[in-house]
Amino acid sequence: MHPRYSRRLVASLFPTTVFALVCAGAMPAETINAAGATFPAPIYQRWFEEFHRLHPEAKINYQSMGSGAGIRQLMEGTMDFGASDMPMTDQQLSRIKKFKVLHFPTVAGGVVPSYNIQQLNAPIRFTSETLAGIYLGTILKWNDALLQKDNPGLRLPDAEITVVHRSDGSGTTFVWTDYLSKVSMEWKSKVGAGTSVNWPRGLGAKGNEGVSGLVKQTPNSIGYVDLIYAVHNGMPYGLVRNAGGTFVKADFESVTEAAAGAATDMPDDFRVSITNAPGKNAYPISTFTWLLIPNRIDDASKRAVIKEFLEWMLGPGQQQVAALSYAPLPELVIARGRKQIAAIQ
Amino acid sequence: MAQNAALLTPPQSRARSFGRLLRQGDQVAHLLTLIFAASVFMVTVLVAYELWIHSAESRARFGLGFLFSRVWDPIAEHFGALPFIYGTLLTSLLALLIAVPLGVGAAIFLSELAPARLSNICTFLVELLAAVPSVIYGLLAIFTLVPLLRQYGEPFLKKSFGFLPIFQGPAYGVGYLAAGLILAVMIFPFIISISREALLAVPREQREAALALGATKWESTWHVVVPHARLGIIGSIFLGLARALGETMAVTMVIGNDPAIRASLLAPGYTIAAVIANEFSEATSDMHLSALVELGLVLFFLTMILNGLAQLMIVATTRKGSGAR
Repeated sequence: MHPRYSRRLVASLFPTTVFALVCAGAMPAETINAAGATFPAPIYQRWFEEFHRLHPEAKINYQSMGSGAGIRQLMEGTMDFGASDMPMTDQQLSRIKKFKVLHFPTVAGGVVPSYNIQQLNAPIRFTSETLAGIYLGTILKWNDALLQKDNPGLRLPDAEITVVHRSDGSGTTFVWTDYLSKVSMEWKSKVGAGTSVNWPRGLGAKGNEGVSGLVKQTPNSIGYVDLIYAVHNGMPYGLVRNAGGTFVKADFESVTEAAAGAATDMPDDFRVSITNAPGKNAYPISTFTWLLIPNRIDDASKRAVIKEFLEWMLGPGQQQVAALSYAPLPELVIARGRKQIAAIQ
Repeated sequence: MAQNAALLTPPQSRARSFGRLLRQGDQVAHLLTLIFAASVFMVTVLVAYELWIHSAESRARFGLGFLFSRVWDPIAEHFGALPFIYGTLLTSLLALLIAVPLGVGAAIFLSELAPARLSNICTFLVELLAAVPSVIYGLLAIFTLVPLLRQYGEPFLKKSFGFLPIFQGPAYGVGYLAAGLILAVMIFPFIISISREALLAVPREQREAALALGATKWESTWHVVVPHARLGIIGSIFLGLARALGETMAVTMVIGNDPAIRASLLAPGYTIAAVIANEFSEATSDMHLSALVELGLVLFFLTMILNGLAQLMIVATTRKGSGAR
């Protein structure tokens, strides 16, 4: 190569090299990897970004690969912490020998029954009997006497109900089936609660978007979706009668109230289902979603960052929750969450 | 590997220097390509091995009954593959029934009968179709195919052929028929593209000889060109079948995802690939995970058996074909 060219090459490379070095200098000192639930992923991404802006030295990467995968990755130790829409079972917890898993509730959410019926002037009112009946197949038509009794003002069509459920395993399905198991003995014995279940009837669709797509297209159908998804997409959804006997519309307040209602007698490890919670205006198909944090983190700087993040998440972080249509945690749960941070060593 | 190299190299050349060997080139090329070819074999074996190991729990618990059980209950941990095997085979068969006549017919037209310019334009479009990602086909199916089927297609089938058990039951739009149709759309570009290449590769002399004997254009095409290209055509069909068996995204979007065995094509069903994609990421119990892996193993063997049948078919037709010629 001609010397002049080579000098020019060096000169042109110089700024790039400096730039690369500067970038390397600004790289976060501590990178933390987490994985898990997809339902809270939007708020988690937002939180981790915001936290990184406030603490440039720390970066938390979150992969939303599903609650089950989050739990598995945590058990195998490939991730620093996990996230899940359902609490870990005793059996799963007993298999982790190196540390104990602490459950930190982060936000609450609701699951709503959405439907496609022409010419209704008010939302349909559902009870635990009618929802279980529709999904079990004991209620086959919209103008069933049970449904009509709760909706005296509505003219429900004389049409078969097309039932839609999630086909992919999901926390949303867990909440829905957990609620049905609590309120219907028949559901509990025949089907049970889980992220995937053996559905007695209905069409399966993938994801919230799949369920809403199928419901929107199919006349006289019913499906269940996350509250935030229904709100963002303007889907009609019904009221559900809670344990106190009130028909409640799902929104941030009624979900938070369900969380508060269940929080009073919450176990110390936060592993609690808040479906069918007490409280006058509590929405009955509600849930927490959790971060799963090991109680022993050997790397001191990682531990500091995670504790710092949890503090921040339970404080200023909660104020960003409503903007993304999640329900913030009730005060009592926040206070108890703060106490649990000290258990991380 | 060292043993292989020794076998490949004749004794006298083993004594020669390595540099000489390199300069010769042939041996090196031989060895390198052998390694590449062996890697295909290795990957296949590795896939089978991994599937076998990770499905141990499920195999031990259910044994052969796994293949014949119709229950899929993740809560009670009862797992059976039959509805999924049925759904996979049925949708693929439907797809082939639609796509093979369509694809082979189109290929014959494009290679033999169409004017060159039209043929080139069509071929370009077909190759474009083959490159469309499956999720796009799935979306198209959800937003156009399924509503059309529910409003027009399925009511029509029920009215005209409702006496047949395969066209009974409510018209949901989603189901075996929708999945079979979208699979047909997805595989027929492959069938056209490869069949056309095979037909074009038939020597000119074959056609000329047929024409010289007094055959019409169609007779020469049907009796001479197509039989000559049948290996390529069969190959294209089985490539299409392989894609249909393993297709996941588009199928799960339109099949209804209900693990049941129903005779009606209008009913919802499920396929192996679809249930794996749906449930794998959220499978929390080990047995559930193991059963899903075993389903993968079943799909692997299913594909292998069908490919074996393809080979047999090729052997059979070749013998018959050579006898006739």
